Amino acid sequence: MSTTTITTLADDAPDPRRSAWQTIQRFCTREPLGTFGLVLVVIMAVTGFSAELIAPYNPTANDFAAMTEAPSWEHLLGTDQFGRDLMSRIIFGARTALIVGLTSAIVGGFSGLVLGVGSAYFGGRIDLIVQRVSDVVMAFPLIIMALAVVAIFGPGVQNVIFAITIPLIPRCSRVVRASALTIREMPYVDAARACGFGHTRIILRHMIPNVMAPFLIMVTSFVGQAILAEASLSYLGLGVQEPVPAWGLMLQGGAEEYASTAPWIAIFPGVAIMLAVLGINLFGDAMRDALDPKLRER
Amino acid sequence: MYQYILKRVLLTIPTLLGAAALVFLLMRLIPGDICLVRLGGGGGSFDPKALAACHAEIGVDRPVIVQFLEFIWGIVRFDFGTSMWSGKPVTTEIVARLPISLEIALLATAVAISIAIPLGTISALKQNTWIDVAVRIFAIGGIATPSFWLGIVSILLVLDVSNAITGTPWMPPIDYVPIWKDPIRNLSMAVLPAITVGYRYAAVSMRMTRSAMLEVMREDYVRTARAKGLTNKLIVNRHALKNALLPVVTLLGIEFAFLIGGLVVTEQVFNLNGVGRLFVQAVQNQDYTLTQALVMLTVAVFVFTNLIVDLLYGWLDPRIRFS
Repeated sequence: MSTTTITTLADDAPDPRRSAWQTIQRFCTREPLGTFGLVLVVIMAVTGFSAELIAPYNPTANDFAAMTEAPSWEHLLGTDQFGRDLMSRIIFGARTALIVGLTSAIVGGFSGLVLGVGSAYFGGRIDLIVQRVSDVVMAFPLIIMALAVVAIFGPGVQNVIFAITIPLIPRCSRVVRASALTIREMPYVDAARACGFGHTRIILRHMIPNVMAPFLIMVTSFVGQAILAEASLSYLGLGVQEPVPAWGLMLQGGAEEYASTAPWIAIFPGVAIMLAVLGINLFGDAMRDALDPKLRER
Repeated sequence: MYQYILKRVLLTIPTLLGAAALVFLLMRLIPGDICLVRLGGGGGSFDPKALAACHAEIGVDRPVIVQFLEFIWGIVRFDFGTSMWSGKPVTTEIVARLPISLEIALLATAVAISIAIPLGTISALKQNTWIDVAVRIFAIGGIATPSFWLGIVSILLVLDVSNAITGTPWMPPIDYVPIWKDPIRNLSMAVLPAITVGYRYAAVSMRMTRSAMLEVMREDYVRTARAKGLTNKLIVNRHALKNALLPVVTLLGIEFAFLIGGLVVTEQVFNLNGVGRLFVQAVQNQDYTLTQALVMLTVAVFVFTNLIVDLLYGWLDPRIRFS
């Protein structure tokens, strides 16, 4: 029994001699679902960022001679009510989703990281105030908070990013704080204090690197949440505005109106959202399993 | 236990006050003047006296602090003022739309529980088999699928299937009839939105049930039960499931409060006149009396659901009760 345990632990321990390629290979073998997720994310990223090269048509160009055309060799995913090529709009929509998802998740995540670690490290009144404010903001469901922010600043890509980022900050800060509280009590943090290191150095060099695992897992899940929130806001007409191609926006108006006669207008953008969020979640789950020693054996 | 309850109840007050302050502040940051919109838009000419009268009518001509104190006093008395758009009392607007949203939320919870607990348990018991993989993909699919899209697709399916069977396409009704007056019409209106919202809710709860069951099945008392020769069915039903459901209860409570967020988009898809749709209309019309009342309602539901879940958790788990 003990031999097995030792072998498993040794097997799971990070090996500094392992190359990046070997780490990827190991991840792919151990986490097939996560690898599938990673493949979806890579496809989305490549198509989104090289949309001009891949998209067969201009995503905003109307073609009234080809309105609501069914999928064919000319238009692989069909056209919408204005004759715009759906595939091109979905490819460019990937860019919008990535920009909103990544920016909201990274900005929200890093702000939460700073607040969470700072709050745990300094404790006392700072911690009390940050936690009470977090309590208040976290009492708002993400979409409700985003709607309230959009009501103030109006629709548009930048405002949507801002609206989604705000509610993500306390969510990240809460998770990071929980890990940082344990790290604050570690002997190496005491040793750093005893050596006379400043707060900034202790936070940046000793605390932040040790909360990276829960932070990265959180940020990954934020990307998916942000993409869904952006799609919901755009669907409600309060997010990204025409003519910018966005998946949620593609499901608004025409998609419902022509749902029975041209169902492809409603189906493909939804599939795109689902695959993107599915990929991100599968990858995030696998990363959590790989980074959390307690979950590795499950 | 009484001290614990008192402490938890008192802790909700600063959260609610903070939320009220935040909502009030956010609504005052909205640019534009609703009176200008009501008097005919920004472009046309209007009578300054009418504008001043409109400001006085909706109360925005008073100092902000007075408005805030009135807002708080209104919350205490469940009086949220009148809608800036329709002129009707906000409470009347919300109460008229609440039954439909509440019914969908309750039905969605029922859908979620009936899917999540059995599937989550089976997935944990059959860990790393094809059943487990299938359930996990079903669960993660639920989290990844936008509820409004699922709504559109389910309407499409209903239209096609009903057309194929009866020859005429059938759409679920959109007007609310109380369940005791016409149960069939009521359920045919509420079932599809409930499934649409409930799928995501079920997916989140299913993952939690699986994870909790996996943890509990490794506990010493389960091993002891096995050593005593108890059947697997008895171990799961009597020992494992009861303990594994504790975190699931918490999650169900939290997610119930967040259902309001899901309803915002789902009601739009199904054209239902519920609280979620009212919220979107209030934001679009810049009706901040109504918006702030709806946000406060959501926050209050969240805070009180959390409170009930916490108290329920303390009651269900003796370790928390006595600590």
